[in-house]
Amino acid sequence: MNAVAKNQQSWLQALRTEALTQFAAQGFPSPRAEEWRYTNVSAIEKKRFLPVSESQTAVDVTDILTVYQLKDAWSLVLVDGQFRADLSALDGLPEAVTVMSTANALDSEAETLQRTLGQAVSATEHGFVAFNTAHFTDGLFVRIAAKQVVAKPIQVLHIATQADSLTATRTVIIAEKMAEAELVETFVGIDNSYLSAAVTEIFVEECAAVTLTKVQSEADKAYHFGGTYVKQARNARFTHHNFAFGSLLARSDIHSDLEDAAECELNGLYLGAKRQHLDNHTRINHNKPHGISRELYKGILDDRARGVFQGRVVVAEDAQKTDSTMNNRNLLLSADAEADTKPQLEIYADDVKCGHGVTVGQLEDKSIFYLQSRGIDIETARHILTFAFANEMVDKITLVSLKSMLLKLLLQHFPQDSYVD
Amino acid sequence: MLSIKDLTVSVGDKQILKGINLEIKAGEIHAIMGPNGSGKSTLSHILSGKGGYEVTGGSVTYQGKDLLEMPPEIRAREGVFLAFQYPVEIAGVSNIYLLKAALNSVRKYHGLSEVDAMDFLTLIKEKVRLLEMDEKFLYRAVNEGFSGGEKKRNEILQMAILEPKLCILDETDSGLDIDALKIVSEGVNSLRSPDRAFIMVTHYQRLLDYIKPDYVHVLAHGQIVKSGGAELALELEEKGYSWVEAA
Repeated sequence: MNAVAKNQQSWLQALRTEALTQFAAQGFPSPRAEEWRYTNVSAIEKKRFLPVSESQTAVDVTDILTVYQLKDAWSLVLVDGQFRADLSALDGLPEAVTVMSTANALDSEAETLQRTLGQAVSATEHGFVAFNTAHFTDGLFVRIAAKQVVAKPIQVLHIATQADSLTATRTVIIAEKMAEAELVETFVGIDNSYLSAAVTEIFVEECAAVTLTKVQSEADKAYHFGGTYVKQARNARFTHHNFAFGSLLARSDIHSDLEDAAECELNGLYLGAKRQHLDNHTRINHNKPHGISRELYKGILDDRARGVFQGRVVVAEDAQKTDSTMNNRNLLLSADAEADTKPQLEIYADDVKCGHGVTVGQLEDKSIFYLQSRGIDIETARHILTFAFANEMVDKITLVSLKSMLLKLLLQHFPQDSYVD
Repeated sequence: MLSIKDLTVSVGDKQILKGINLEIKAGEIHAIMGPNGSGKSTLSHILSGKGGYEVTGGSVTYQGKDLLEMPPEIRAREGVFLAFQYPVEIAGVSNIYLLKAALNSVRKYHGLSEVDAMDFLTLIKEKVRLLEMDEKFLYRAVNEGFSGGEKKRNEILQMAILEPKLCILDETDSGLDIDALKIVSEGVNSLRSPDRAFIMVTHYQRLLDYIKPDYVHVLAHGQIVKSGGAELALELEEKGYSWVEAA
């Protein structure tokens, strides 16, 4: 397959062959598997999604870039799974910060990739990871040298332009000891049915800190699978913001393994309407003592949309003094919308502080009436309240350009006249 | 300004208001007093358009229009304002945003353009000072984590910004210490004008020490059992509600 085919090192070939065997044996996940019980992906198997050849990727994506490309970031653009240097903005990167396409990294960072790719998640995880490992074309590679604090955010834009296309991308992010970086993964597409399958592996080394925001704003008819797998070394901090706005069917897996005193924060917001199915699956493994995890996922579901939250926190026997909270809050805007939520705590240590909470509710009549009594019409009142529910998650974003992009997307869903930030 | 005639209201099978008659003219302040369960809050809810009640008879005419036909937001835009007994906490919506959205809805209804950002800030800061509030309150979520007194002040702040014609204060004195009561009362008094009327719904007389009513009505068992001047409130305070309830 194009770029990657050029550098088929033996280790990679072995990895791909193994993944292919794995995929041939198990296929895509079935709802019979506990971790997929709420999400049936058989529709994907019935469709015929095909990889895109380079000659087809001449579609104009200017409009998408105008909305989604952060002006104050280094950005790497992948169109239909292939790196587009002409659309990317990577000038002025400091020497200590490596940002390139995964395909290029297979040449110049082969040793690093050999030691990392497939290490945060293996092809045995499930069919999508096996599929991705066997077929990925390109992706983002980032390495931040030890002690470097990256001055600007780094963004990767995945743009799908072709009907019935299939893209598989693999991203590897390495923050060496005491390094700090903020990254943004954006998934968008032109109005078509397509499948986007992306796997991201992140290595946060000792005392390093990584913040990653995922903006899933795929086309209405798209299928999205995204897996983010994180290894946090001692004292490493990882913060993830997961915004799921688009797709007909989307599934995100966010898994993190925590060593001693590592801190993990997982935030999520899923907005479903019409017949969207948005599934978020998180797993936090506290393997060692003194780890901290904070998790808050919020869902807003309208029409016949269905939202799924499966959050699992596992505290190993050795992980004493773990401090963990997990919350999932859902707002149902229609009688036909559905929220399936399943928080799971598995605690094998005896000296820990762990909690979880779940709510599924509707807008409160008394709040709507309060706004009406101040002259605001009922529809706007509902928009204001729904927006406010969602905005708690956008408010956690400190990067101004990203926050403003997210606010715009949110206001499109919940229009109101005189919004002031 | 407001004319209530033979108003009867039920919740489910239970009749709460059993024939209320009340005439309120611009510039007047009416106090409605009564024991718990007399129907005081129901009356203020009915006037502001809160759901969950069934009007079984009578009429309410406001500035020549049928008030009961209007949805709550239209009543607000027409100048009816309810200062809530229990102001609602709204997470994620800043106070200043609510004030701006509310003011603009009212202006739009009257064919006016959106308020200029600078003018709005000037206006709001003036009112905040009047109510001795910290400007930080403007940027906090509506009523979230506010003390009882702060919530009530916030209601009066909204009233001061929206400049309604008919102000209904529902148990505004409940939960207020004496200092907050003074500030809130001064805020209300500063809004008194010949073209604005007030209905003050209250259990106790003490609010009326600070905001002097023109008329006092005593509500018991869903009916106005006695009406009089400001002196009626003092008499009630002395003799207790059993005095009028028995009457």
